[in-house]
Amino acid sequence: MFYRQSGIRHRSYVSDSKLFPIPMDRNLVLFLFLLGLAAPLLIDTLYLNSYVLPWLIWTAAALGLNLVTGWAGQLHLGYAAIMAVGAYSAVHAARFGIPWEFALLIAGLASAAIGSVFAFAAMRVKGLYLALTTLAMQFVMDWVLSHVPAITGGSHASLQSPPFKLLGQPITSDAGLYYVAFGWCVIVTIFVLNMRRTGLGRALVAVREKDYAAAILGVNSLYYKIVAFATSSFIAGITGALLVVTFFFLASPEQFSVTVSVQVLAMVIVGGLASIIGSYLGAALILLMPGFANSLFSATADFLGWQMDPETLAHIPNAAYGALIIIFLMVEPLGLGKIYNNIRDYFLVWPFDQMKK
Amino acid sequence: MDWIFLAELSVNGALTGLLYSLFAIGLVLVYKSSSVPNLAQGALTMLGAYVVLAFSIQLGVPLWLAIPVAIVIMFFVGLGIEKVALRRLAGRPIVMILMMTLGLDIFIRGSTLAVWGGTSRPMELGVSYDPFFAGPLLLSRINMVGAAVSVALFVAFIFFFRSRLGIRLRAISDDYMASWSVGISVERGVGLSWALASVVAVITGVIWGEIQSVDQSLSLLLLKGLTVAVLGGLDSILGAVLAGILLGIVENVGSAYLDPIVGGGSRDLLVAIVLILTVMVRPHGLFGRHDIERV
Repeated sequence: MFYRQSGIRHRSYVSDSKLFPIPMDRNLVLFLFLLGLAAPLLIDTLYLNSYVLPWLIWTAAALGLNLVTGWAGQLHLGYAAIMAVGAYSAVHAARFGIPWEFALLIAGLASAAIGSVFAFAAMRVKGLYLALTTLAMQFVMDWVLSHVPAITGGSHASLQSPPFKLLGQPITSDAGLYYVAFGWCVIVTIFVLNMRRTGLGRALVAVREKDYAAAILGVNSLYYKIVAFATSSFIAGITGALLVVTFFFLASPEQFSVTVSVQVLAMVIVGGLASIIGSYLGAALILLMPGFANSLFSATADFLGWQMDPETLAHIPNAAYGALIIIFLMVEPLGLGKIYNNIRDYFLVWPFDQMKK
Repeated sequence: MDWIFLAELSVNGALTGLLYSLFAIGLVLVYKSSSVPNLAQGALTMLGAYVVLAFSIQLGVPLWLAIPVAIVIMFFVGLGIEKVALRRLAGRPIVMILMMTLGLDIFIRGSTLAVWGGTSRPMELGVSYDPFFAGPLLLSRINMVGAAVSVALFVAFIFFFRSRLGIRLRAISDDYMASWSVGISVERGVGLSWALASVVAVITGVIWGEIQSVDQSLSLLLLKGLTVAVLGGLDSILGAVLAGILLGIVENVGSAYLDPIVGGGSRDLLVAIVLILTVMVRPHGLFGRHDIERV
């Protein structure tokens, strides 16, 4: 009833490869887009800038990682390091006096350059060994960030980001910062949505399924691996820069440590590999869950009259975060995106379930 | 060049390296049987040390009894982890298995600290902190004890892999389909390897707890243990021992000469670089099996 499929007849290849063949999907996306545009009017600024804004930025990050891990099938445990490259190069460029539009571009290009170095590991090995190499590269980057004062100002220092301006307009208001994050997230989403139906997207999927087989079919798997790493690193760089500019307001090494890499990977896995809606849902779940677990446990403790050690309370979110990943992989390894798809499949034929093939 | 200084660095490095091997043996045991890279081994090590301390401090059990009790408990913890979490992921893409072990790592670390707290506490094995004089060399006593334990464990595993049970595990690691078809219970074999890895984790936790006291940083051994395991070849216990010695020497000597240049803290950098170089140059490590991939 909702996902009406009647009357959809493809008469040309162009109409067959439309982004949303079913009007309901398109309307839903439009509705969510309008909701996002209207969010500053609907949501209190406190919630807007402390929950919705980071959620959108981390979603962009998760989409970038999903591009290389979900679509191209290359494991990447050093994503935060790439984000750090972008963040630091943008802040340094802006401090040098370069306008922010170009500073963000520099961030993306610098990250893409470093990210391609990661891709050289992908040319040699894959699977587990690639994961270990990228993990080691993340540790090297952590070390560089904490030991090269020229970049970060030292291990415990943080770098103030200069006032943010786009197109000559200083962006300081909460709504303005929100729109920057929203705009970037929308751009990344549109890019990834469209990538799936281009030759590039299909080549990446071929490489993911079996790189040797893809090579036999004439897909240059090494080239596409590098493209995947570079593209996802470009997204990571700008995302890292925007994270600093709109949310943290200063850059420090621990914002991009190995735990952050694991966190973004957790968003991708919990959301579902190669699932766009999954990246949104996964980022939301991973970001909101620790706070939720904390308030749940303190509320329970208050209710039962227990005296909870503050140290215990401090570590419960971590335990809950780990448990969430474990439970998701046990119950639904394909993630939240798969759950959404199941619901959508149900409504696709509802209320005429018996017509399902 | 000060040769005695270099010799002292090398010998102490080799002893420390054998302690990394101790950790790596746990990784190798799991990888050998099930091709699962156990990134939760660091958290298991930490949990093992905390369980020992829970018995010896909170319940007042003497340490010589607390360690075997903890070993028995962790044996079943390992079995449980394999049965509950890893078994149903068999055949899934490696990224999910990696994420599962990372999730286990976060969960075990978080819940251990939530239960016992993060303040660092000593593991009182009663090994003297005075250096041991071997001619002109100053050696650390606890490192020597740990290295001896490491070698003893290695010898024990050599004998274990010659026993009936060990031969079964070797068969599983060779080809689990073939093992299945001749009636070996692959699930039980893999479960056993997780249990043994958890036992190794307790021993690692006790020795490292004595060296650096028991706290969250025990789980940071993961990077070094992983490097040793990869350098030795992920499925070779002999490789883990030799690679441990090698990495220990490289790390100790290298950092002694590099630290003044880069301003300290070059140990982790060296370890990460060794890991990258190993994977780039010889992914199957020094003694690992070189698998050929078929399309």
